[in-house]
Amino acid sequence: MKALAKSPLYDIPHQILKAASKVGVEADESKRSATYFQIDHSKVLAAVNEYYKGKVEVLSIVDAVKKYDWLKDYLWRLIPPDKDEYTHRVHSELGGGYFIRILPGVKVDLPLQACLVIAKEGFEQAVHNVIIAEEGSDAHIITGCTLHPHVNSSLHIGVSEFFVKRGAKLNFTMVHSWSQGTVVKPRSAALIEEGATFISNYICLNPVKEVQAYPVAYVAGRRGIAVFNSILYAARSSFMDIGSRVELVAPEARSEVTSRAVASSGSKVVARGMLIASASPVKAHLECKGLILDDDSSIHAIPELVGSKRDVDLSHEAAVGKLADHEIAYLMSRGLSREDAVSVLVRGFLNVELLGLPKELADEINALIMRLAKGM
Amino acid sequence: MEPLLKVEDLTVEVGGRQVVRDLTLEVPRGETYVIFGPNGSGKTSLLMSIAGIPSYKVVKGRILFEGKDLTPLPADVRARMGIALAFQYPPEIKGVKLKDLLKICGGLKPEDKLSEELLDLAKKLRVYELLEREIHVGFSGGERKRVEVMLVLAMKPKLLLLDEPDSGVDVESLKLISEEIQNYLKTHNASSIIVTHQGQILEYIDAEKACVLFGGSVYCYREPRRIFNTIREVGYKACVECMGRA
Repeated sequence: MKALAKSPLYDIPHQILKAASKVGVEADESKRSATYFQIDHSKVLAAVNEYYKGKVEVLSIVDAVKKYDWLKDYLWRLIPPDKDEYTHRVHSELGGGYFIRILPGVKVDLPLQACLVIAKEGFEQAVHNVIIAEEGSDAHIITGCTLHPHVNSSLHIGVSEFFVKRGAKLNFTMVHSWSQGTVVKPRSAALIEEGATFISNYICLNPVKEVQAYPVAYVAGRRGIAVFNSILYAARSSFMDIGSRVELVAPEARSEVTSRAVASSGSKVVARGMLIASASPVKAHLECKGLILDDDSSIHAIPELVGSKRDVDLSHEAAVGKLADHEIAYLMSRGLSREDAVSVLVRGFLNVELLGLPKELADEINALIMRLAKGM
Repeated sequence: MEPLLKVEDLTVEVGGRQVVRDLTLEVPRGETYVIFGPNGSGKTSLLMSIAGIPSYKVVKGRILFEGKDLTPLPADVRARMGIALAFQYPPEIKGVKLKDLLKICGGLKPEDKLSEELLDLAKKLRVYELLEREIHVGFSGGERKRVEVMLVLAMKPKLLLLDEPDSGVDVESLKLISEEIQNYLKTHNASSIIVTHQGQILEYIDAEKACVLFGGSVYCYREPRRIFNTIREVGYKACVECMGRA
């Protein structure tokens, strides 16, 4: 409890902290190694726990650019500022964002966390995040993006660039929770060097007006690995257009892209995935699975494979369907009501367990999925 | 005394095809009925319609359980009333752990720990190692059967419906399953209907009656072992012709 009492996050308004806790942000310092917290365009906290000082760095992007002259060579290296109107907006009106760096050879046992919150009604948040996992490092970052419960509509644009250097391992989990009036436009790119591994998990379960993202990973080093997992629950007229693109440009590069989406109550999901292999030998697999719960919703799965060398092994599987009646009947015969059987099956379909998230976060997400599946 | 289960003139359709025809059957409390019959004779359909599986449509007749008409009731209500069906071909349920389903069957909440009793049952049926696995995903035939038996026994039903618990099961597993079932039936004075092809289960379970399902109709007799031997000697058709309707 001493750690809790000291936590600077406890100065943050209760409703915002509660919203943040639902997207994986922990107020208890003993569960995270470092924290970045921003509300609208104001940095609230950028701190590293005592034990991890000198091992990881967390700063606001604005402070980081002032501190490190070399950082300007990283910004916009992977994403052109004029890619679209949203990247252009971030480039011209930078409102914040974070800089996270894991120093060479450091293995961080506790996750780092970042939280971006919109607290003003109608606010348009434009942030740029840069994450550098130096050679041989190993870390897990959990980023939660959400809003104050009273915010009905807003815009969030987040440009994120990841540099996963030689032999490093970076596990990055982003949890989004918005509102029915919010539009979200994340743009992200990752560069993966030799022997490095980048795992990116994206979870978006609450209703949102529109979230459209198509992150790209460049596996540019031999034996580099890129893994993308997306878990989406589109309810109450949400529109989610989420994809992942992986370019395998070095020999022995590998990738695994998995997307699981549920669409209900008048929602639409577009699930994209593209694997491009221009080196050999490479191996990659893409899986898009969609579950439609009613006649007013739709899912458009678009898997694409492009191979331009002889020795590539690219594969995909895509399926869009409904819950199996015989599975529902089986669970009902064990005493579960139809409603409960459906929510158990939806939870099993989205299978958050596979992501290896901290238990509290996985439990929170599973509980939310069960509530959503019951129409709550 | 009123029988636990009363099936009256039951006609069942699956996909528009009649699979059970004018079937009448009564199972008293505490008694075990074994059902024989060739493939396609309606044995599974009978059990599925008692359990309330929606694709098995009752088009005529009714099913009474403890005097109540089950016909309008969904499967989960029937399960809570005390009917438990061990499926012949249970579906794989991906992403859901067996231990979670065992908790549901045992009346526990998801956040509860598995009770000693349930853990013991899992160990006795040699499926303890499967508890962390996804339900029926990649299980062998024997494992599926042992898991089904564990789940239905955990429900502590008044009426146990076992659809070929002995098919695809090795001799050792069969002994394990049968002993647990027999033990449960005796200690809880429960009734059961056991569908079997092999008849081996008769070595371990005391059954009061053998019913032969043939052409959608049922013929019930005492002395299950004798009936089974007759079937083996002369076949289903000859057996029912010879023995006549009970």
